[in-house]
Amino acid sequence: MPYDYKPLPYSAPPGLSGPEPRHRVVVVGAGPVGLAMALDLARLGIASVVLEDKSSVTIGSRAIVWSERSLQLFARLGIVDQVMARAVPWSIARISHGDEEIFSFDMAGTAAGRFPPFANLQQYHIEDILIARALAEPLIDLRFRNRLTGVDPDGTGVELSVKTPDGPYRLSADYLLACDGARSLTRALMDLDFEGEFYEERFLVADIEMEADFPAERWFWFDPSFHSGQSAMLMPQADNVYRIDLQLGRLANAGEEARPDRVIPRIQAVVGPDFDLEWVSIYTFQSRRLAEFVHGRVIFLGDAAHLVPPFSARGANGGLRDVENLGWKLAAVLEGRADERLLDSYNRERVQAADENLRDSARAASFISPAPGVERLFRDQVLALARETAFAREWVNAGRLAVPCIYATGAPDDLLLPDEARPGAAAPEARIGNGWLLDQIGPGPTLLAINCAAPDGLQIPTLSVRADPTLRTRYLGDAERALYLIRPDLVVAARWVTAESRAVSAAIRAMWEGRE
Amino acid sequence: MKLITAPNLPDHDGFLAELLAAHRGLSDAESQALNARLILILANHVGDRETLTEALDLARGR
Repeated sequence: MPYDYKPLPYSAPPGLSGPEPRHRVVVVGAGPVGLAMALDLARLGIASVVLEDKSSVTIGSRAIVWSERSLQLFARLGIVDQVMARAVPWSIARISHGDEEIFSFDMAGTAAGRFPPFANLQQYHIEDILIARALAEPLIDLRFRNRLTGVDPDGTGVELSVKTPDGPYRLSADYLLACDGARSLTRALMDLDFEGEFYEERFLVADIEMEADFPAERWFWFDPSFHSGQSAMLMPQADNVYRIDLQLGRLANAGEEARPDRVIPRIQAVVGPDFDLEWVSIYTFQSRRLAEFVHGRVIFLGDAAHLVPPFSARGANGGLRDVENLGWKLAAVLEGRADERLLDSYNRERVQAADENLRDSARAASFISPAPGVERLFRDQVLALARETAFAREWVNAGRLAVPCIYATGAPDDLLLPDEARPGAAAPEARIGNGWLLDQIGPGPTLLAINCAAPDGLQIPTLSVRADPTLRTRYLGDAERALYLIRPDLVVAARWVTAESRAVSAAIRAMWEGRE
Repeated sequence: MKLITAPNLPDHDGFLAELLAAHRGLSDAESQALNARLILILANHVGDRETLTEALDLARGR
């Protein structure tokens, strides 16, 4: 069954009949990033208005791969059970050169076991789930068919012009969060441009529906006989829908290649004749970002801030990392618990993360579509060696699947403790008792005291646990005990084997100030 | 400097002869491919990023 794009509810906003009170937060864009942003703020007690131009969820599957870290965020937003009920979990990737598999790898060991390393679900399903959750949330005022037409920021807020089917109106807000995607209207209205690289390589991405018993894995081919000289990828989604990505080369004509009479034979060559074509799109590799993500009271997130080639789970997942990084900081600034400078750390940390994604995606682009000459030579010889030797497999780059960025920080650390959980890193998940560690942290910052007592006199919730084997591996290493300061976005802020209360208070202060 | 630039390879003449013998009879493209594989294999064996950067610099004449 093709997906049924139902119209989303519209009612005339109050601003059409009289001035609205000033809002704290207006979010532009009700894609996964905008909706998750509004829900994360609501969780922290902050109300928002969400403006969305469209009148249905996004067309086509678009983002399909959700990482373990994104599933953890979905858990905090209260939607992970609905997501996992439909999603296709997977952990195995297979790489072929020509028609022969050269190797496969399983990422199951990287996840804690609560969620798979990745789960695939079409973006329209994710949006459906997020919209239902947002419509039920009293702190979110979700307005479809409300198109942003003007942005006028000053030092203390933003004035907005909005167009609806019933006419225009104006809104004012303390902060505008631009989550309006690759073709961001906010970015255009503010005359901001992306910096970075455009590649000439074109790719065809298609969703097909078919009855097939392909395993839930990611299959990638370099130069298969069914698509000679190019690369191809196949992945499952929910409802018997599969994603196919086909490299088309540098000179392909996007309009021509998207025509069904061109697309269908290409797909038949991969999976045979029995399928229905649901959606086709042609994309060009881009690795670009805004120079700054914070422009006074206007803050950019997701594709509105940075654009990476798809297929390494960096687009929507990167946007959700923006959301969790910003949510607690903005809530603290709005509630007067932190100075506005804390938001500079959103810019610093997420620019660092975007640059990692841009760098990794540029490397993948050059491996998948090497320039003729020496680039092609080395790519092909890596593939030739990868058949026989383990070391060369590390160089095979069919898109390095995203892992959370480790933010640069000079916060207190102890080298006895494992690298994986160092300051700036995403706090690893671990089982404790019958539950999960990360469920018990937050919504504010938390001190995690493992096999020890927290120092006296600290005004911060403490979680005291005894280390079992996984917690020991991920958090203690060779140490007998440790104290971790965990940020509200479940990033390690600082850690000690032995801590005095003065050192811990200083680290808590540094966290609220957003110091590097 | 981590890169060894003093003589370090026993039977160096023998190695050079073996290297050239490996290329004998190959087309230019095959020779290039062999060299590329050899660089990748040796880089992994060296296993030290700094040494490799120094080697690259030396090869580029810097």
